[in-house]
Amino acid sequence: MSEHIVPVRIYIGVFLALMALTALTTAVAFIDLGRWNTVAALAIAVTKMFLVVLFFMHLKYSSGLTQLVLLAGFFWLAIMVTLTLSDELTRWWTQTSGSWSALLPFLLRLF
Amino acid sequence: MSTAVIDALPEASAQPSRVNYLNASYGIRSWLLTTDHKRIALLYLSSITLMFFVGGAFAVLMRLHLIQPQGALVEPDTYNKLFTLHGVIMIFFFLIPSIPATLGNFLVPMMVGARDLAFPRLNLLSWYIYAIGAIFTLYATISGGVDTGWTFYPPYSSTFSHTQVVPVALGVFITGFSSILTGLNFVVTIHKMRAPGLTWFRLPLFIWAIYATSIIMILGTPVVAITIFLLGLERLLHVGIFDPKIGGDPVLFQHLFWFYSHPAVYIMILPGLGVMSELVTCFSRKRIFGYSFVAFSSMAIAIISFLVWGHHMFVTGQSVYAGLIFSVLSFLVAIPSAVKVFNWTATLYKGSISYQAPMLYALGFIGLFTMGGLTGLFLASLATDVHLNGTYFIVAHFHYIMVGGAVMAYLGGIHFWWPKITGRMYPDGWARFAALVIFVGFNLTFFPQFIIGYLGMPRRYAVYPPEFQVLNVMSSAGASILGVGYLIPLIYLIWSMRYGPAAGPNPWQAKGLEWETPSPPPTENFEEIPVVTEEAYDYAAPHTGVARG
Amino acid sequence: MADLAAHGVHPPGFAHQFEDMEQQRDAGSLGMWVFLVTEIMFFGGLFASYIIYRALDLRAFETGSRLLDIRFGAANTAVLIGSSLTMALAIRSAQVGKPKSQIIFYLIMTMILGALFLGLKFTFEWRHDYVEHLVPGFGFAYTGPFAHGVELFFCFYFFMTGLHALHMIIGLGILTVLTIMASRGRFTEQYYAPLEISGLYWHFVDIVWIFLFPLLYLIGGRYVLGGN
Repeated sequence: MSEHIVPVRIYIGVFLALMALTALTTAVAFIDLGRWNTVAALAIAVTKMFLVVLFFMHLKYSSGLTQLVLLAGFFWLAIMVTLTLSDELTRWWTQTSGSWSALLPFLLRLF
Repeated sequence: MSTAVIDALPEASAQPSRVNYLNASYGIRSWLLTTDHKRIALLYLSSITLMFFVGGAFAVLMRLHLIQPQGALVEPDTYNKLFTLHGVIMIFFFLIPSIPATLGNFLVPMMVGARDLAFPRLNLLSWYIYAIGAIFTLYATISGGVDTGWTFYPPYSSTFSHTQVVPVALGVFITGFSSILTGLNFVVTIHKMRAPGLTWFRLPLFIWAIYATSIIMILGTPVVAITIFLLGLERLLHVGIFDPKIGGDPVLFQHLFWFYSHPAVYIMILPGLGVMSELVTCFSRKRIFGYSFVAFSSMAIAIISFLVWGHHMFVTGQSVYAGLIFSVLSFLVAIPSAVKVFNWTATLYKGSISYQAPMLYALGFIGLFTMGGLTGLFLASLATDVHLNGTYFIVAHFHYIMVGGAVMAYLGGIHFWWPKITGRMYPDGWARFAALVIFVGFNLTFFPQFIIGYLGMPRRYAVYPPEFQVLNVMSSAGASILGVGYLIPLIYLIWSMRYGPAAGPNPWQAKGLEWETPSPPPTENFEEIPVVTEEAYDYAAPHTGVARG
Repeated sequence: MADLAAHGVHPPGFAHQFEDMEQQRDAGSLGMWVFLVTEIMFFGGLFASYIIYRALDLRAFETGSRLLDIRFGAANTAVLIGSSLTMALAIRSAQVGKPKSQIIFYLIMTMILGALFLGLKFTFEWRHDYVEHLVPGFGFAYTGPFAHGVELFFCFYFFMTGLHALHMIIGLGILTVLTIMASRGRFTEQYYAPLEISGLYWHFVDIVWIFLFPLLYLIGGRYVLGGN
């Protein structure tokens, strides 16, 4: 736990930044950017999260262990999402009538 | 100068007369409202022993039923409930808490030189949460049971089963929080409350194992919690995210379920691996071979265990490409376990080995765990798993690890630290006899299951083709021997609490801070927090490695 | 109050399994961060599932998303961010030794904002969804395109915002306890750990909403507002 005392103006600044980012993400949703809408919304959300975590939750002033703990949490979530997606998104890659028949053309070319 | 922590040797068979954690206060409230980690460990010991024999009773009924191909005892619906409840109780209410909640709770503060865990009241809350979850599950057991398998796959569990899915799911959900809080307590204690001089690489390997286990508990259990929660919602609302009617995917449940349940099997074995390092060193009077390799292997197991869950789903319709990835990673996870086995073996080599009961359990563990682990490789391989999945080969594989491994390590640990916990010695003759009975009974029960599994007998079936009967009968005979084997320690250990000879502070002449205290220890563990100056397992050195303040 | 003979050396609130207050603070803080990691994984199961289904059925999820009222989502986001500010200021008041009335003021402001969030969600958003037959399991009846996928979307909407709301309610309970403790003068410049630790929890709940808002309300894209 940090003994570091954060000045009020930093808290106010972070608050205003968070409000501005909220307004921004809401406004961007009304603009058609195709798939970049998703990227923009998530990027803004991640930025807001960093602001809350670093300043409101004092992670900026905390030990490396605490930072590692939080990083581990997100990393593990990423593992869960990624490996599950590796199944859900690739099921249709396999033909139903014999899995390896899809690879046959490539195999024939190799050998 | 402070009085020496090690007491003068008490007379044999006299009651320990010092004030210790057992007699510091009396009455049921002093136990039910305790915050002493040692008393909480005993609360857990009683409740998980009860759950072990309840789960064991279901196993006995199953093995009795299976002595005849058409089933000898119960209706198929009842048989389904038996194997489900056996699994649920043994996994969630015995194996997962076993070593961490009993030996871990008792030993972690003592091994790191602390007075208690970081959050003693949270520790007590953990036990109450466990007990409430157990009560829900026992209620479900006596009010109709559940027949979905301990894996609760939808859509059967969410839509079609007419059994007590919600109470059992609720019981498991609640008990999961006990696991999470215990892991949290251990992680904070090990990070923040080590005695002066006790660097990470001077810690007993049991602590490394508990730490790795706690990481799995913390990262994995919440996922099964939300998964079971979603399953319960789907059952109650008749709609949910695993429901194919609205585009849900039942296999997604399996992903979320096994994301926890595979690392969970490492929760069940890692603490036993930690106990093994303690037993092998003490009973060979030798330092562990390759301390840092064994320490890192615990961490490696914890981390890699989260990357392999899909190997439970090779035949569920999972993508072949995901299957390939999971198969490769599953081979990888075997390596750190093998490292441990090699290091224990090297520790034994040229050691001065004695064969007391804890060591018999440890030696049995090495062989049986290795067999279980090697058969895991057959299952990690995609092609062979297609043949073996859903058969008794799987049942044999995990029982070799969980019973031949984890339960034997648990019993070895209980016997090793029993004098410290109770201040009494158990009769070693009976203990060695029981260890041998358990070893023989275990192998007779489960080795035939490898064979019938390979030959094609499916698991979770109440009936089977007659050509498998001989091996099934062998297995059931073994189960009866195993059951008797488990009853013997129950009897003599309880007997020893009252009639066993008083044990000194260190009857095994073992290394470790816990052995520097009286048996049983005082409530505060140490009169003064020790300062550690020597490495772990310093069996070559003539003096203990603890300086007096 | 504290027994001076026993507690003469240590400040009030000291727990005897620790060596000193610094170890106690470090342990308490690490404990809460570890707990927050468990919460990341707990919510994470829902987020992971949402991500997967959205990847598989994007059109349906976009359609469902546009049935939500973005004004309430944005307003609630602002309310929660405000409550995080007031929570941080409550902790800071204790850190710099302000009178307890100031700590209590900020705690109560936080509670008011939290209650406002819940009020907006339950009485406006959820009630409206119920009336529109958009609540799965409670008379769901949607007749537009991608009906099944929309029902799946709303399963996620209610499960995720419901779990979040449950955490908010628990947070309000914790804040109540903190307010009572503050009114009894328990917090000083040396001892404010319960505030800091509870603050971590509250900010975490805010962060969950920071992600829920775009994932549920915005990723559908609003550029066809009015053209549902």
